Amino acid sequence: MMNPPAFWQNGPAPGNFYSFPNMQPQMKPEESRQHSQGPVTTSTSILALAYDKGVIVAGDLLASYGSLARYTNCPRIFKVNNNIILGASGDYADFQYVKEFVEQKIITEECLDDGLFLKPKSLYCWLTRILYQRRSKMDPLWNNFVVAGIQDGQPFLGTVDKLGTAYTDKVICTGYGSYIATPLLRDAADKKPQLTLDEARAHIEKSLEVLYYRDARSFPKYQLGIIDVDQGVSIEGPLEISQNWNVAYSIKGY
Amino acid sequence: MFRNQYDSDVTVWSPQGRLHQVEYAMEAVNLGSATVGLKSDSHAVLIALKRASSELSAYQKKIINIDDHIGITISGLTADARILSRFMRSECLNYKYSHDSYLPLNRLISILGNKMQVCTQRYDRRPYGVGLLVAGFDDRGSHIYQTCPSANYYDCRAMSIGARSQSARTYLEKHLDKLAGCNLEELIKHGLRALRDTLPAEVELSTKNVSIGYVGKEQEFKILDEEETAPFLRLIEGEERRGAPPERSLGPLREDQGEEDRDPQAAVGLEAADHTMDTD
Repeated sequence: MMNPPAFWQNGPAPGNFYSFPNMQPQMKPEESRQHSQGPVTTSTSILALAYDKGVIVAGDLLASYGSLARYTNCPRIFKVNNNIILGASGDYADFQYVKEFVEQKIITEECLDDGLFLKPKSLYCWLTRILYQRRSKMDPLWNNFVVAGIQDGQPFLGTVDKLGTAYTDKVICTGYGSYIATPLLRDAADKKPQLTLDEARAHIEKSLEVLYYRDARSFPKYQLGIIDVDQGVSIEGPLEISQNWNVAYSIKGY
Repeated sequence: MFRNQYDSDVTVWSPQGRLHQVEYAMEAVNLGSATVGLKSDSHAVLIALKRASSELSAYQKKIINIDDHIGITISGLTADARILSRFMRSECLNYKYSHDSYLPLNRLISILGNKMQVCTQRYDRRPYGVGLLVAGFDDRGSHIYQTCPSANYYDCRAMSIGARSQSARTYLEKHLDKLAGCNLEELIKHGLRALRDTLPAEVELSTKNVSIGYVGKEQEFKILDEEETAPFLRLIEGEERRGAPPERSLGPLREDQGEEDRDPQAAVGLEAADHTMDTD
């Protein structure tokens, strides 16, 4: 086969690139760098259930280093304003970062003093935009957020994950809870669509207990956030998960 | 010949503590045709008088839609108004994108006020030569805001700006107490009567020269076309017109402006422009 002559002296042949002096043909693997990060100090599931006049949100107080139960008093449910509770699972540092600027947003809004307050749908949308932007920068905030609130007299419950995927539902659980607790809570919500606060609370407590038996990253101390049309926002805790390990003796065959 | 020493820049103070360039910009608002804004508890209405720059041209649009819940009407330099309306539209759109709800009026106006203020404090800028009446509806009810080239803005129950608008304001002041309880039709009627009071005796309101826009609770901002305007004009047809009182005395820069406005500078012997800037 014939090689065509270069266009000019030391120039490229037709169909080839000009060869610059000292140019490396390809980047070496050691020159590449990863920018996205992974979670370090993590917290496990958040459980949330909407009832007839509000929303109830629960999450334990543990922050783990991998499987090590490192910090045992890390609250991750907080009141945003009189309309909203925010809960988070996943990387605890990222949660603290988001908490800081959500709180700053509320302060800025209060300074306007115009009688308008952030609504849960707005915060839910806003978080979605931020998390989606971060995942598009290949540097996601490693959290699942649960936004609970009252909008126009109706309970609101929505969630956003680290990719910016978001949905609203009457039952929302994150992490391991989405496998273990979601079916239990959905079942309860389907059987009786208009749950009372006491019923909702009982279902959440039961789900926490089941989750505590099954989830190796869970912890018996937890917080409960309740936002109610009549009673407003309350964050209760630390509370203790009721536990009974007698069942362990009945397990045979391992 | 008289020449003002202290009006060479927006940033130059006069010894009396005035900013002449800003005051001149305020006069640009009076060159545009009159426009009226008024609100009840449930609605906010904009009524504008449209002008055609020549027999051959169409009537210039006076009411601009900003978002589903906001509309504005303009008086002054049309081109400046377009810049401001584009800004307001993008602010509303950005808010809707990030918060999934409509931008509250007071927040939009304060952002707009901040933008306009910059132009009154920098030597390399000029103030916007346009006044706006902003009508909107949000969680806090209906609103009418007035903005000025001086970057002041006012929360109004009713307001009128533009050429000969004093007569409309007189009408609105007289009927102010009734406005809050009006329904949409009554509100539009009041607006049309107020606007009619600004007209010279030989001119009449018609579907061609009147533009109506309104917004309310569960009513997106709507600009009526000619067909939809006609029934409202008929409602006030035949009512006795109040004799338009003479305009209040005008400053040296404001000889009573007719259709053919001249740049005030012509009066002080500087090079006269053949055409004024487009004002509506």
